[in-house]
Amino acid sequence: MSQKVLLNATEINIALNRLACQLIEKHDDFSKTVLIGIQPRGIFLAERLKTLLEDEYKIKNIKLGYLDITFYRDDFRRGEKPLEANKTNINFIVEDKNVVFIDDVLFTGRSIRSALTAVQSFGRPLEIELLTLIDRRFSRHLPIQPDYRGRQVDAINGEKVKVCWKENDGEDAVYLVKS
Amino acid sequence: MSELSVNHLLGIKYITEADINLIFETADHFKEVINRPIKKVPSLRDITIANLFFENSTRTKLSFELAEKRLSADVINFASSSSSVTKGETLIDTVNNILSMKVDMVVMRHPNPGAGVFLSKHVSASIINAGDGAHEHPTQALLDAYSIREKLGDVSGKKIVIVGDILHSRVALSNIFALQKLGASVKVCGPKTLIPKYIESLNVGVETNLRKALEWCDVANMLRVQNERMDISYFPTTREYTQQFGLSKQLLDSLKKEIVIMHPGPINRGVEITSDVADSKQSIILEQVQNGVAIRMAVIYLLASKIKHHED
Repeated sequence: MSQKVLLNATEINIALNRLACQLIEKHDDFSKTVLIGIQPRGIFLAERLKTLLEDEYKIKNIKLGYLDITFYRDDFRRGEKPLEANKTNINFIVEDKNVVFIDDVLFTGRSIRSALTAVQSFGRPLEIELLTLIDRRFSRHLPIQPDYRGRQVDAINGEKVKVCWKENDGEDAVYLVKS
Repeated sequence: MSELSVNHLLGIKYITEADINLIFETADHFKEVINRPIKKVPSLRDITIANLFFENSTRTKLSFELAEKRLSADVINFASSSSSVTKGETLIDTVNNILSMKVDMVVMRHPNPGAGVFLSKHVSASIINAGDGAHEHPTQALLDAYSIREKLGDVSGKKIVIVGDILHSRVALSNIFALQKLGASVKVCGPKTLIPKYIESLNVGVETNLRKALEWCDVANMLRVQNERMDISYFPTTREYTQQFGLSKQLLDSLKKEIVIMHPGPINRGVEITSDVADSKQSIILEQVQNGVAIRMAVIYLLASKIKHHED
């Protein structure tokens, strides 16, 4: 197994700042916008962006929730490993809001398909956008594309993109892992 | 550990502490789901579940049906009073006929103890025991223990007394197994005639004085006197039973501590428990009912995840 660095800590920081600015361009003061981190790995990116928007760009009262998609997945009973659920925590109204889904890697698009169904349980959003740190090109199973992306990556099927966060994995880095 | 060790839920006796904890963790997620504006998830949309009730039930049947529907399963219902069972069909025949309609899971209540175990050896579907005679009622025990965990933070180390008709109660036996597996101590309290002889072999204390039992416990689970299962007189009169084993507000208030009151339902108000106790702040009877749906969703979901998907 070998791995190659796709993004180091500095590059991640630059990408995060750019993504934050792009969000501000579209969503202004976030009064009609809510951020939703997709469990389990999207929540770190979502927390980072929220902190950045609040501390660096002085935007107040950003609403952030976590959405678990386990019960909405389309591969129930089809895999070897049982699916494990995580906590959903959305304590604000989604109805008529601009929702921004946040996830670390966009691969097949199936998680986002599940998230689109899952979020409907909380109401009817005005619109839904997608922000991902890594967009794996040419690997989609569904017609789903990100509205905001940190970096586009070409990776073949046997390869894996691993996103590490300081608060969870000890460092900020993105690796391409070959098995 | 994220998979049950069993393919059927036939009784608490057959599952492990880890299984119970997995069911509780999964139920936590479903409890959040059933408090959303839309209380339904699509997980089981390709699963069909048959509810076979060979004995009367209101809340268990409703609770199972609601749990199944909230998981998007297809549901068929069967009640023995309106079926061919009255024409002499055997249990295996009835169930096999239903299974030939491509049913993946069976929820069964039956008057005979061991009916679920028997069936699981003869049919391919996943079986959930919703009460078999005076044997076990596993989902009730799970939701009772789950409600204790929710109210007191933990089940381990807690003292629980089960009061009333222990002899005819499947809830009592399943509760004893579940609570002991989770590290609680259990006593039973009731008239000697309604306490089975083997009970001490289960490491369960026996108390015939209700006040003493209540002073010992953190939680009192009040059971109904099952008149319909009594072929002989087990106590002189209902009034005498109430005087000795009925829980009144007066008795509850005279205790030095505040205990939690539970009841699996249906309540005979004024017999085993007075109305003001059943409706008091210490009672978690309605929480038990709400938790019942989340627990049953968790059990059904976890068992369904062990049914492999076929491309047919």
